[in-house]
Amino acid sequence: MDLLREALVWLADGGNWAGPTGITARLGEHLMVTAIVVALACLLAMPIGVWAGHRGRGGDLIVGIAGAARALPTLGLLTLAALALGIGLVAPVVALVVLAIPPVLNAAYSGIATVQPSVTGAARAVGMSSRQVLAQVQLPLATPVLLGGVRSATLQVIATATLAAYTSNTGLGRYIFAGLKANDYPLLIAGSLLVVVVALVVDALFAVAQRFSVRHR
Amino acid sequence: MITFENVNKTYPNGTTAALDVSFTVPAGSTVALLGPSGAGKTTLLRMVNRLVDPDSGRITVGDRDISQINPVTLRRSIGYVLQEGGLLPHKRVLDNVALVARLNGASKADARERAQRMLTLVGLDAELGSRFPHQLSGGQQQRVGVARALVGEADVMLMDEPFGAVDPMIRRELQAQTRRLQSELGKTVLLVTHDVDEAFSLADQIVVLRTGGSVAQYATPEELLTNPADDFVADLLGLSDGARDLHVVDRGGRALVTDGSGRFIGRVRA
Ligand SMILES: Nc1ncnc2c1ncn2[C@@H]1O[C@H](COP(=O)(O)OP(=O)(O)O)[C@@H](O)[C@H]1O
Ligand SMILES: [Mg+2]
Repeated sequence: MDLLREALVWLADGGNWAGPTGITARLGEHLMVTAIVVALACLLAMPIGVWAGHRGRGGDLIVGIAGAARALPTLGLLTLAALALGIGLVAPVVALVVLAIPPVLNAAYSGIATVQPSVTGAARAVGMSSRQVLAQVQLPLATPVLLGGVRSATLQVIATATLAAYTSNTGLGRYIFAGLKANDYPLLIAGSLLVVVVALVVDALFAVAQRFSVRHR
Repeated sequence: MITFENVNKTYPNGTTAALDVSFTVPAGSTVALLGPSGAGKTTLLRMVNRLVDPDSGRITVGDRDISQINPVTLRRSIGYVLQEGGLLPHKRVLDNVALVARLNGASKADARERAQRMLTLVGLDAELGSRFPHQLSGGQQQRVGVARALVGEADVMLMDEPFGAVDPMIRRELQAQTRRLQSELGKTVLLVTHDVDEAFSLADQIVVLRTGGSVAQYATPEELLTNPADDFVADLLGLSDGARDLHVVDRGGRALVTDGSGRFIGRVRA
């Protein structure tokens, strides 16, 4: 309990928030890395998943790719990437993108593929082109599921982006690694608490967004 | 006008849904495809707007061979009423109707105005236009479906069991409205139903289909009643077991009419 109190005292100290290695800056870095990673994962996985869902085929392949990507241990991947790409931010970004792809890919595919065939069939029957069905029917109806995929990807990345500090001087993971190295448990706990709080806040924001994205009952 | 000439369709799983089907829907008239479930009625209907392509044979709409028309273009030129409405759940009622006008090139404002007019035409309050489909009753959704099929001002309309999912009272009301609209608008209508009464109520001519997708008889209701082609047609119409027989009985000098089960349903006016 003392450790936790010390951690809270450290967090409450305004001095720890300021400066280029202060909490505010680390928080900003952490969120920035998360945003870049999630954006890259969406850019890569969303079109593939959406397209496969729209065509109603390739589902097995999608599940296979997502499963394989999920089976890769992120820390191992990060180490390999760091060996190949050197110290810096690129290696953790690559490893985290691989982590973020499966939930986005799965959600994109299943979100589009599970829009009721009676609805897409009716849209086609009254004269919508395939692209119009995708843009005006499947995407709007799948938005909550797509957001759900981005949400779980984002949460995993926020938690795991602490590893970015393993190869670069970035993010909230710095506190955790520094705490570990110096046996400074209050610092380690404070870093972990920050990550947890960020995750909870971002998750709540997604929950609200998902609610508003439901376009019908 | 819609024509089917020797149309055949067997699905990849081996089910034959159309077997040498030929018939004509004359311009401005209503033809019903009547038959048991699984006979191939929906398949024939969906061939008209190329949701299904035949294996062989020819289908024309307004004298044009539809295999030569781009499917999306073709569908926009044909009104389609789907079973259970087939409305888009995420769009408001007015937008559901306006959408089809938009597909046909109407401006946003024009499309909404036309959609509003169609909703009024099918007897829906203007206020309902801003609701979502799930906020309407089944009968109201079906009316929206009809409004959507009319808004493109297509000459040809397809209706697949349009009133199958609503209760009998509402169904009769919608059928009466459809007859009224039909006499005003004079569309060429191909209608699918498994309900003999609905076919008799709406169609000028009836294509009776048997399981396996072949035409058992193509005739007016009058001809079907006087001359059913075979036992299958007679059974389907309810002529074999007396279900469709009416009887005249004398009650104190008055000629009353009873139905197949002996219930009084009216009287004879001399
Ligand atoms: N896409 C399809 N693939 C395989 N069989 C089908 C398909 N659509 C319909 N069928 C089969 O073809 C037959 C006719 O179906 P359908 O045209 O829907 O009949 P109806 O509308 O008269 O009930 C049925 O046996 C049905 O199971
Ligand atoms: Mg059917």
